[in-house]
Amino acid sequence: MAFDYDKYLRPGKLPHIWCPGCGHGIVMKGLIRAMDTLNLKKEETAVVSGIGCASRLPGYIDCCTLHTAHGRAAAFATGVKMAKPEMNVILVGGDGDGTAIGGNHFIHACRRNINMTYIIMNNYIYGMTGGQFSPCTPTGAKASTTPYGNPDPGFDIAKLAIGAGATFVARGTAFHANQIDKLIAEAIQHKGFSVVEILDDCPTTYGRRNKYKSVIEMMNRLKDVAVPVKAAEKMTAEQLQGKVLTGVLYKDETKPEYTAEYAKVIERATAAK
Amino acid sequence: MEKKLPKIEIIEKYCKGCHICVEFCPKDVLEMKGFYASVKNLEACIKCMQCELRCPDFAIKVITE
Amino acid sequence: MSKKVAFLQGNEAAAHGALYAGCNFFAGYPITPSTEVSEVLSGELPKIGGKFMQMEDEIAAMAAILGASLTGAKVLTSTSGPGLSLKQELIGYGCIAEIPCVVYNVMRGGPSTGMPTGPSQSDVMCAKWGTHGDHPAICLVPASVQETYEEIIRAFNLSEKYRTPVMVMPDEIVAHMRERVVFPEQGEIEVVPRKSPTVPPEQYKPYDTSFGDVPPLAAFGSGYKFHVTGLNKAADGFPTTKASLVQAEEERQVRKVDANVDDIVTFEEYMLDDAEVVVVAYGSTSRSARYAVNVAREQGIKAGMFRIKTFWPFPDKQIKALAGKVKGFVIPEMNLGMCSLELERCAQGKAPVLGIFRVDGEPINPDQILDKIKEVK
Repeated sequence: MAFDYDKYLRPGKLPHIWCPGCGHGIVMKGLIRAMDTLNLKKEETAVVSGIGCASRLPGYIDCCTLHTAHGRAAAFATGVKMAKPEMNVILVGGDGDGTAIGGNHFIHACRRNINMTYIIMNNYIYGMTGGQFSPCTPTGAKASTTPYGNPDPGFDIAKLAIGAGATFVARGTAFHANQIDKLIAEAIQHKGFSVVEILDDCPTTYGRRNKYKSVIEMMNRLKDVAVPVKAAEKMTAEQLQGKVLTGVLYKDETKPEYTAEYAKVIERATAAK
Repeated sequence: MEKKLPKIEIIEKYCKGCHICVEFCPKDVLEMKGFYASVKNLEACIKCMQCELRCPDFAIKVITE
Repeated sequence: MSKKVAFLQGNEAAAHGALYAGCNFFAGYPITPSTEVSEVLSGELPKIGGKFMQMEDEIAAMAAILGASLTGAKVLTSTSGPGLSLKQELIGYGCIAEIPCVVYNVMRGGPSTGMPTGPSQSDVMCAKWGTHGDHPAICLVPASVQETYEEIIRAFNLSEKYRTPVMVMPDEIVAHMRERVVFPEQGEIEVVPRKSPTVPPEQYKPYDTSFGDVPPLAAFGSGYKFHVTGLNKAADGFPTTKASLVQAEEERQVRKVDANVDDIVTFEEYMLDDAEVVVVAYGSTSRSARYAVNVAREQGIKAGMFRIKTFWPFPDKQIKALAGKVKGFVIPEMNLGMCSLELERCAQGKAPVLGIFRVDGEPINPDQILDKIKEVK
């Protein structure tokens, strides 16, 4: 049976603003299926974003939604979660928003291990402003501000999240649509800060500059580079050259979660009173 | 036993003509007709739902019993 | 029953005043000379089930209080100079999204790192013009420790009543000096609650002006679901670029404060009845001014003081009325002439404005003010 996305969509908001072939819509559908799987109550779920194409996502979701300032989603969301720990808090945004201007808030949300889920749509570019290079743009790639090729090395978002202390880190792609909801659902269920990076495409500002003839070529690239973690175990380093691992990359269920730790602070303070 | 065919609904006011559904259908059920995706060969549909899952624009519904 | 009394620093009084007002969420970042607010609230908030967060930076602290406020919490952050600069973008967010919050900023020397332990009054323009775009501004400038306690409560009340960020800006002298504070009894000072929606969730719009210029704000997690954005928005909270709507919304946001100046603006009139020379002062500088006025009176000079307690909105009406009656204004301030610009604007050339401007980290002493009073002819 066709999936009923309307259950979590605000009526009358489609078509969305994203360009033809942009994967953000595929990710939004995955998020909605995950919310449905977990039967999240709309009134008790906050979807928080920063600025950029991907950050327009909350406007379509029929929950408590907060479209904040550029890069600040994690910091606003931390306030929401700390003030009302019983709410489900989901962050969404792009690679520039999350790892450049919002990089500090991102790593500190990871460090605190606060029980929220951050979905980063990594399309390697600042799309909304017209295609400037981001901290995730591959070295050598063309962007509107790297006319001679990008001299910067890029971030590996998953490694950054693990290094900073996130306790659930997963990666999927916009091509592997069937997997997105499962990764997001597992991330939301995890008690701690969970990061789901979805490799995405921006045909309008990245593809055209980097010799992708079509959306289909970009999707095929995602299909080709992705290697599930299980499959990678049986592959040699040579075979893994240029590949990207997908699936659940890291999970730690032993590290204390922040709102639970703060509840203990309150217990200690009230006992001392 | 007669094969029960699904109904594939294409919502043209949402479709942005990106071709994803057409290109990645494993059974070549869909085609582009002008700007929009359209059903070419419903008989071949195996109800794998890939087109519905991958449509970024909420423009395809594969309705099965 | 005798009231509870304590010997407190301005910053400590601010923290206790916030608790009286019902503050239950604080986020901050360490910065001299305001850190004592964090130190007190890190101990006190968890005792009442409230939350204290030391964030990764000043911006994050501002973001966290805005997020928490949207869940219905009463929120505070504290900062100083460079921290205020960093918070400005999100103060603007609070203005356009109309989220109640209190920003406590201790004025130290600047710009940049400036003189972290030295007093100044050089952030008063930043309180109004620091964030970009047209927006309302409310800024309170207490002159004593007791007043810091009380003005923090008033700041919470104003932010809830007008659904906008409110700043409380003592200079470093007020923030760090110790004075006797008499704590009010519970219920003695009014605490204004947030206006909650009366309509059912399916009818709720976060910027529905049919409820007046200050629409009720629902809390996330209370059964209401709605959208909040920093973009120009329509009544339903969703972005709009429709010219007439944007114009009307921007005007309403400013009007909700400007049309209520009589409710917001507070001041003290000291020996003004027959005054020919009026010293306009605020914060710790007003303490030297009061002394100077007293000495001038002893010497037969008809001097008085108009003490600004609410810097923004500026007491235009009161200054304009005085300008028609007096020989001149004297304005001592620990900056290079910020309030004096406002005085000149309001005096409209009817009375001269003589300034004493100090930015060397030293307080302005009464002798300097007295000398200036004598210059008014």
